[in-house]
Amino acid sequence: MGPVHAYLRLAGVWCRALLQYPVSLAMLTLAQTVGAALDVAAILIVFAHTTRIAGFTEPEVLFLYGTAATAFALADTLVGSLERIGAHIRSGWLDVMLTRPVSPLVQVAVDRFSPRRLGKLAPALAALLIGAAGLDVAWTPGLVAFTVLFVVSGTVIASSIWVVGAAFQFIAVDAAQASNAFTYGGKELTSYPMAIYPRDLVRFTTFVVPLAFVNWQPALYVLDRPDPLGLPEWLRHASPAVALATAAVAALCWRAGLRRYRSTGS
Amino acid sequence: MLIETTGIIETTGLTRVFTRRRRRVPAVADLTFTIEPGEFVGLLGPNGAGKSTTIKMLIGILRPSSGRVRVAGLEPSRQRTRLARHIGVVFGQRTTLWWDLPLRDSLALVRHLYGLDARAHARRLAELTGLLELEPFLRTPVRQLSLGQRMRGDLAAALLHEPPLLILDEPTIGLDVISKATVRGVLESLNTERGTTVLLTTHDLGDVERLCRRVLVIDHGRLGYDGDLDGLRGDDTMEAAVTRLFSTRPAHGEAPARDGQGPAL
Repeated sequence: MGPVHAYLRLAGVWCRALLQYPVSLAMLTLAQTVGAALDVAAILIVFAHTTRIAGFTEPEVLFLYGTAATAFALADTLVGSLERIGAHIRSGWLDVMLTRPVSPLVQVAVDRFSPRRLGKLAPALAALLIGAAGLDVAWTPGLVAFTVLFVVSGTVIASSIWVVGAAFQFIAVDAAQASNAFTYGGKELTSYPMAIYPRDLVRFTTFVVPLAFVNWQPALYVLDRPDPLGLPEWLRHASPAVALATAAVAALCWRAGLRRYRSTGS
Repeated sequence: MLIETTGIIETTGLTRVFTRRRRRVPAVADLTFTIEPGEFVGLLGPNGAGKSTTIKMLIGILRPSSGRVRVAGLEPSRQRTRLARHIGVVFGQRTTLWWDLPLRDSLALVRHLYGLDARAHARRLAELTGLLELEPFLRTPVRQLSLGQRMRGDLAAALLHEPPLLILDEPTIGLDVISKATVRGVLESLNTERGTTVLLTTHDLGDVERLCRRVLVIDHGRLGYDGDLDGLRGDDTMEAAVTRLFSTRPAHGEAPARDGQGPAL
């Protein structure tokens, strides 16, 4: 049984278990939707007072927000449970997972899978679509495909950052908050045009933690804008390659982390 | 020198050293034994003797520092996921079930972890439900189960994929007399009727006398005794024999790890 197959089967059991309490699930999902909708509302409020942020119009900012938020909502749904690995190590639950014939990465990622995290997706997609419709851009099939591909790449990059954060917890068991800085922090960071950030931060998110490839670089291509930092234009097409590279680095980190695992007492 | 045998568990010079405050502390030292298919073996020793460390090396959670270990012909730490299909593992001190889910859903998750098909699963689940008397609490969330019910649920989870080897770390800890009897009865029938090999650690001498035809005693990480019960007992009572064995083994250089102090007691 492949890891994807195992993931889907296990996620299915969790969904069925959660559906035994449909009201509870609906409320939790709604809470996530409202939380994400407030982010969108904040953007709309800002644009009630100004016409541009760092030179970007309202549809452009909504497009940037929507692409990033969609990628992070998908990644959070798929692998967000990874942030609990420190607790699994402390409780000895990881030992139990290691006695099963499925990759512990899949088991931790799917543990307590809940469709409620998808609640964030609706406002994100709404922002993406409203932004895209308002852009002064000819939506050719090629450009639509480009956008879909970069959101998928962004999902892979965001998921990889979650995996690296989880791997780090093998070394520092209480580091969940540190890795959250890059996961949820990354989501906040990419929600606005990177032109508003200091140059060194943008360089860091381009070349070290590749958050700039979740939406910023490919969106510059869609929006047909010059890079405020003057970085080369081919970077705008690099998201899929960056996603593959990030996933490979994440896999290596995870293996290295698991190798260091020493289990807990008794 | 490697000796080819047919054991389901084989260790040669198995050693695990932990580095603690820059000192190298051997948790398990130079353990050599073979367990043949169909045996029922008790692994005994005081707290901190190295029982759990040994078991974790057998199931592939911990990598040995040196020595050789083969379980079901596989090298546990390198072939852990393949090995998982051949062994059932029960940790008495913690559940392998999901706290919030009804027992039935937990077992459904286990089914998918092992990729068992629906029909085989239904048949096996019905069988285990009868054997372990699970029916009254199949729909109860695991957190609401009594310790005895939970242990029976854990045993069911470990047996769903019909492993030829069962490894149990203190399966009767904290259980009342009736639950202990149920668990022992199930283990005994698995061993005698199906030929399942069983290795268990326990502090309960009742488990040992009732079930184990062979005992391994480890203390300070070393094998102190390997043989049948009569040989261990001699003319003493079981308690006296075990007490004698634990207290006369000299420490080997390092201070023994005390309860709760080491990383893997």
